[in-house]
Amino acid sequence: MRTYLLLAWTWLRASAQYPGPLIMMMLGSFAVNALDVAAILVIFEHTGSLGGFGLAEVMFLYGTSGLSFALADMLFGNVDRLSQHIRSGSFDTMLIRPASAFTQMAVDRFSVHRFGRTAQAAVVLALALPQLGLAWSRVWMIPLMVLCGIVIFASVFTLGGAMQFLLTNAPEVANAFTYGGSTLTQYPLSVYGSELVKGVTFVVPLAFVNWQPALFVLDREDPFGLPYWLRFASPPAAVALAAVAALAWRAGIRRYRSTGS
Amino acid sequence: MIELDRVGRSFTVGRRRAKKTVHAVRDLSFRVEAGEFVGYLGPNGAGKSTTIKMLTGILAPTSGSIRVAGLDPTRRRTVLARRIGVVFGQRTTLWWDLPLRDSFELIRHLYKVDQKDFRRRLTELTELLGLAGFLGTPVRQLSLGQRMRGDVTAALLHDPAVLVLDEPTIGLDVVSKAAMRDFLLRLNAERGTTVLLTTHDLGDIEKLCRRVMLIDHGSLAFDGTLDDLRATAPGEASMEDVVARLYSA
Amino acid sequence: MYISTRLQLCIATVYSAPGTRPNPGGIPGKPDRRPGRHAPARHRKYGCPRPGHPAGWQGRSDAHREAAFLLYARIAGYGFRRHSTYRAAAVAGAFTNTVFGILRAYVLIALWQARPGLAGYDLADAVTFCFLSQAFIGPMQVFGGGLELSERVRSGDVALDLVRPASLQMWSLADDLGRAAYLLLLRSLPPTAVGAALFGLVAPAGPAACLSFAAGLVLGVVVSFALRYLVALSACWMVDDRGVQSLSLVTTLFFSGMVLPLNLFPGWLGTLAEALPWSAMVQVPADLYLGKRDALEALGFQLAWAVALLALGALATGAARRKVVIQGG
Repeated sequence: MRTYLLLAWTWLRASAQYPGPLIMMMLGSFAVNALDVAAILVIFEHTGSLGGFGLAEVMFLYGTSGLSFALADMLFGNVDRLSQHIRSGSFDTMLIRPASAFTQMAVDRFSVHRFGRTAQAAVVLALALPQLGLAWSRVWMIPLMVLCGIVIFASVFTLGGAMQFLLTNAPEVANAFTYGGSTLTQYPLSVYGSELVKGVTFVVPLAFVNWQPALFVLDREDPFGLPYWLRFASPPAAVALAAVAALAWRAGIRRYRSTGS
Repeated sequence: MIELDRVGRSFTVGRRRAKKTVHAVRDLSFRVEAGEFVGYLGPNGAGKSTTIKMLTGILAPTSGSIRVAGLDPTRRRTVLARRIGVVFGQRTTLWWDLPLRDSFELIRHLYKVDQKDFRRRLTELTELLGLAGFLGTPVRQLSLGQRMRGDVTAALLHDPAVLVLDEPTIGLDVVSKAAMRDFLLRLNAERGTTVLLTTHDLGDIEKLCRRVMLIDHGSLAFDGTLDDLRATAPGEASMEDVVARLYSA
Repeated sequence: MYISTRLQLCIATVYSAPGTRPNPGGIPGKPDRRPGRHAPARHRKYGCPRPGHPAGWQGRSDAHREAAFLLYARIAGYGFRRHSTYRAAAVAGAFTNTVFGILRAYVLIALWQARPGLAGYDLADAVTFCFLSQAFIGPMQVFGGGLELSERVRSGDVALDLVRPASLQMWSLADDLGRAAYLLLLRSLPPTAVGAALFGLVAPAGPAACLSFAAGLVLGVVVSFALRYLVALSACWMVDDRGVQSLSLVTTLFFSGMVLPLNLFPGWLGTLAEALPWSAMVQVPADLYLGKRDALEALGFQLAWAVALLALGALATGAARRKVVIQGG
């Protein structure tokens, strides 16, 4: 933790030496993600509801998922670059340092542009919330769901990284789960098929990033008729996935075989 | 300081059908005492890099046990990291886009080196290795010789008891090579740092090492002083020929 | 200083290569405009024979053109082979593209169920569009990159490429077409097949649609290449080209039709998006497949952008040569 902050600070200072490209990248990252919102707006140009949810509700889902994903990505997203580090040999270098390889990978080249996405998601959420007129008795769930979302996405990133110990030449597989998970949770799960939704509820618990708790916040029926208590199950789901991810990462490090030379 | 006991490391290569096991290192045992300066020789693919990676905790051995500075490298990797310094001649451990000075600053944080000690050592190393002219240059713009000096500095900022060098003079010109050798000799003599060095340059061995170990096909083919090594082939005139004979044996 | 010395060295090496001679009486540091090893690939600029040259290099004869064509075909072949060493990555990419295809298809289905016949597509058209756009990601390199050039600009090795007696742009284009062909096989077929199996996709309207779709694909790759080439070369003038890259990514994703079909865009935004070059990469080939657009007009649109962007690329290459080779970086 201390190491992470110190390294992040050093990287930030180092990166501040070339502010021009950084600002461009931050804007770029802001804009790339704003495209998702643009897509949602274009969709709602043509229809009043998607999967039974209105614009403000979809924006709420987008904002909570986006915020969780952006923060997880900012803090740990680099972990899914493992195969690059393995192939270039820089993973070996991390292993000779007196800090966990995980921390070093996560913080590598930490720079301001990582805030771009977070800012974008926060703006969307801030715009969506006032339009929903939520009851105070339900709002408490929002910070909790964002936190659980961060843990779930960070675990998915870690699993994606750990997977690359085996699939060093195919790191793109991880994207299907990390970015795929982010895309999936941006929309109400009611647009997807029920098999898919059961899969992301009981196998890879992406439904707990925002869908299940959001049903509570928005006080909606579950379109798939799943039990009511699942709406409060995000914390245990997040903890369980984090445990699996940690085990997978450790197993990966033990199996690590380094490159040729 | 370094102890290997019947260490083996094998890799499975190839896919399902053509799967086979390669023994990169087999049944390797040796000891290096504190303050020694040891050359580690061997033809390409003999297992030198694998040994170094196991000593530094990058790779876990498949059999046998290793102790470096009293620690098991695989289990106590991060603790060990503070007591050893590692230089890979073939690639840099520095950060490509950062100026040398920032790389050192990062290392100070990583190794939790006290600010005062850090300043003192950096000043000392800057003088000894002549870094002053390019401390502010990003690593990617450094020449090979400059980069190597930067890498050696980075490996010594935390004052390790053991220094492991994997081909530290590869690609250096005559002057840089001589400067690097002088520096390593001084380091070993004055600070008592234990040095283990792999190289293909027999000049390094002759100038630096009191003891030579030679590995071939994953096991130790020779272990002794430089004179012992010469004595294995009394007829051969040069060191190159002596070693070539051992390699092809 | 160091870089310029290295460049001089590089240039010296190139000109001492077999088949070339040092530049007698030429401007120091200026590349000798004479064919080297890859002689048949002469760019027009290098094609003009100088007095006293050995016979066989003169004129742009038919035989020469044929030789140049063969050379570029061979380079494309190498591009194909080079990428086939990244098979695992291509398969992984296909997997990811398929997953995203499925996710996005559901969203579009929800939209078209609410508004059947929206934008001239029926439900099946919309789902087909979605899987086609995923299939285009590989060959059109929608997320940018795919060119070795950017790495070579960063490392300074581009100086070697720029003094080669062949057009850097044409050379890279041939290589990129090879890459696209390989990725078409590995990254485009699987998502389309899975999409067809899960949702049932529309087949092309007929042999004419197939043909124009194929032509549209090739032109799409050329436009995509020309844009990426410009982005890669821009690094010659910039310390850090990541900003340009992310800008290019945003425009490509949004204006190609990757995020949503362009005919869903309202009003002037839709008109603008349809006119910009990026639509040649996804929207136009997909419409050709679905038979939603006049083939000649669509192909003409792609061709016009391809020519315009390649011309711009040629100008940029000239400028880069002046900057990197003559001024020494």
